[in-house]
Amino acid sequence: MKRGNTKETTPAVQTGMKRRSFFKVLGGGIIIFFNPWGAVDLLSSPLPQPRSLTKDYNAFLHIAENGTITCFTGKIEMGQGIITSLPQMMADELNVPLESIKMVLGDTDLCPFDQGTWGSLTTRVFGPAMRAAAAEARAVLVEMASEKLGVPAGELEVQDGVVSVAGNPSKSVSYAELAKGKKLEKYLDIKPPVEDHTKFTFVGKPYTHSDAREKVTGKAVYTGDLKLPGMLHARILRPPSHGARLVSADTTAAEKIDGVKVVRDGDFIAVLSENQDLADMAVVQINAEYAPVEIKFTDTTIFDFINKGEYRVNVVRTDGDMDAAPALCEKVFENEYHDPYLAHAPIEPHTALARFEGEKLTVWASTQSPFGLQDNLVRDMGLTRENVRVITPFVGGGFGGKSSNRQGVEAARLARMTGKPVMVAWTRDEEFFYDTFHPASVVKVKSGTDKAGKIIMWDYHVYLAGTRGAETIYDVPNARTTSYSEDRSKYPVHLFGTGAWRAPNNNTNTFARETQIDIMAAAAGIDPLEFRLKNLKDEKMIGVLKAVAEKFGYQPGKTPSGRGIGIACGTDAGTWVAHIAEVEVNKRTGQVKVLKLACAQDMGLCVNPQGALIQMEGCLTMALGYTLTEELKFEGGNIRDRNFDSYAIPRFSWLPKLECVIMDRKDQAPQGGGEPAIIAVGAAVGNAIFDATGARLFKVPFTPERVLKAIKN
Amino acid sequence: MREMEETIRFKLNNRETELVTDPNQILLWVLRNHFGFTGTKYGCGIGFCGACTVLIDNEPVRSCMVPVSEVAGKSVVTIEGLEEEGRLHPLQQAFIDHDALQCGFCTPGMIITAVGLLGKNPDPTRDEIVSGLEDNLCRCGAHTRIIDAVTDAAKLMNGGTRK
Repeated sequence: MKRGNTKETTPAVQTGMKRRSFFKVLGGGIIIFFNPWGAVDLLSSPLPQPRSLTKDYNAFLHIAENGTITCFTGKIEMGQGIITSLPQMMADELNVPLESIKMVLGDTDLCPFDQGTWGSLTTRVFGPAMRAAAAEARAVLVEMASEKLGVPAGELEVQDGVVSVAGNPSKSVSYAELAKGKKLEKYLDIKPPVEDHTKFTFVGKPYTHSDAREKVTGKAVYTGDLKLPGMLHARILRPPSHGARLVSADTTAAEKIDGVKVVRDGDFIAVLSENQDLADMAVVQINAEYAPVEIKFTDTTIFDFINKGEYRVNVVRTDGDMDAAPALCEKVFENEYHDPYLAHAPIEPHTALARFEGEKLTVWASTQSPFGLQDNLVRDMGLTRENVRVITPFVGGGFGGKSSNRQGVEAARLARMTGKPVMVAWTRDEEFFYDTFHPASVVKVKSGTDKAGKIIMWDYHVYLAGTRGAETIYDVPNARTTSYSEDRSKYPVHLFGTGAWRAPNNNTNTFARETQIDIMAAAAGIDPLEFRLKNLKDEKMIGVLKAVAEKFGYQPGKTPSGRGIGIACGTDAGTWVAHIAEVEVNKRTGQVKVLKLACAQDMGLCVNPQGALIQMEGCLTMALGYTLTEELKFEGGNIRDRNFDSYAIPRFSWLPKLECVIMDRKDQAPQGGGEPAIIAVGAAVGNAIFDATGARLFKVPFTPERVLKAIKN
Repeated sequence: MREMEETIRFKLNNRETELVTDPNQILLWVLRNHFGFTGTKYGCGIGFCGACTVLIDNEPVRSCMVPVSEVAGKSVVTIEGLEEEGRLHPLQQAFIDHDALQCGFCTPGMIITAVGLLGKNPDPTRDEIVSGLEDNLCRCGAHTRIIDAVTDAAKLMNGGTRK
């Protein structure tokens, strides 16, 4: 077995625990420190990175004196299933039962620094490093067993956490016995090897969520389920609109309510009570007046506003000669695509509980970035890092939306102002108001084909959606990708928070690219699958396209065929996906029903096929929202969608038949699985609508109104 | 007892219970904050998402919309009340077996709604399951597995495992 090298120096470990206190807190045993971040592209992170990531050891495994193995990581569990898949990887390397592995997630005092849980990084980057660390731990334990048993390490084997002499199982020693009385630290420079997959016991096998029992019995603890003695529930006065300035606030009526405390710091006004109903009742008693705000644009005029803007321009890539290209084309296609603001809308709203003990602050929070919240608290509360601990209970859905941590700072401010533990649990209204939305964005594409249907020009301009998924995946001799990002000093666009939304902006880019490809295929009179295969050199993309066609039972045909079948493909988080959608369009009402959605995914080694399949199904289902209904309504800074009555997310009756294929790639490194399958659904469904009706849609979501309008045109 | 307070008696997870409270208090907060049954979740506050669903006399009800006075003399069952002598309800087990959850936040409301559905219609078609769960929202996209889990549990329960 190949493994990394141990290093016997004692470098920095970024955690709230002082290095020397590790054994004091954890008890004796063996600790393996490792640094998984050497190879990470930090630009893919949705937040600025305040700390150095590359130099220090920032994750560790502890083999306790009772043989329990614990992995401490700043990652969090929000339904994506790492609480199951990470132990699978460790159990294989350590040769221990799956149940003997524990995970401690997202506690800034116990876990080393982690940038946050997003970008589908956990399995593809953290996973291999953790596996190497587990392999190192096993090697250390076997070495110790060799000494203890007086037998060369090469003659030993490990099963279920017991090291024994090959051929003589009575001569053995367990990991627990080896760790007993030890205080041993190892530091590992990771060079993650690709393991021999034939040796895997747990990896590659389907496992159900290990936290499922807690979750079906109501025992799983989320932040809002915590209760501390003397704890107050808070409601905070909110403006009617982003940008609205508080002119006056009369809190007299609220103050008169028995059992309610009112606090104020400038325009930050809150009511608190031990009784949640009283806090709800009191906050509406505040008589507040806000200055009116100018409405710059609404959800319908935003795209005109974007198109008039001045931006930071970044030419991501140029191939060939873009000036000469137009003259070489037989047909040229020029189109503009629109994507609206989208809400994350996790079923658990942002929640935090804060408690001060002297100057020591502890905040429990539903967050994807516990260390990010720790940084915010250090900055906003004027505390030292040692005095701020963030603990992350189960998170009730994130999708990129639980990274900015406003609720954690609010809870901490109120805990300081009242001297009591304070729970800030946002209402659904607040959740919509303070969401960091997927940004509205525009893509303009000019492309051209030759007589044979070969793409020879591709000029791609993406506004406000960034570069994830923006480069053409096709083999085009003359191609350019240009990204335009907001320059707030010259032309501020967004009136409220924006941020990462599951596979950030790749939905936007894949929708634009794959619709444009479909338009060219139809114009060339070539079947859209054949057109793609003809213009691709990327073997993995060809592989997933063929696999999805086979799974779907795809029959070639020129579009529009009247059948209602559409194809799209793309890459995200190191993973390749291809989708085929089948739709039914009611030409009288414009209503679209997705009947079937097939997806093939090449994600390298699939650690937990069951977990990966669930993530694919989740992506396909969630994608129906941005495809068919989700579009944030607003007037200036006033968010009009404040609950699920007007902001429609997917429901049971929308569910198409789902068909998923995961390519067998055991010999390759694992890639991301929580996001990729969401990216191409918009385009596949749009292309299927075209196939059914001959009507082309350039804007998601495909509401009945837009579909009808496109059919009439 | 303060002014406006009343004694409200009801059955909670098969135990007779009483509570001195403002009768207008919302049942969801009473269950979570007073009784500590935190499996019942707040999701939207106005009955649109179903995360707070409990059974009141076997009927699935949105507890965020119900003043506690309404349950006087009735029987309330939360997710914590489904286990019997340490044995999971067949629906709970089916949700585990089918991995019919991700973040788990909508799960208690889903299961309680399904218990109510199967109580009235022990042998539902797929379409009846879909319409029975239609107003319960899941953002992670576990829908297809939830339908399978309810279908399976219905079969098991008819088989006499539990009724």
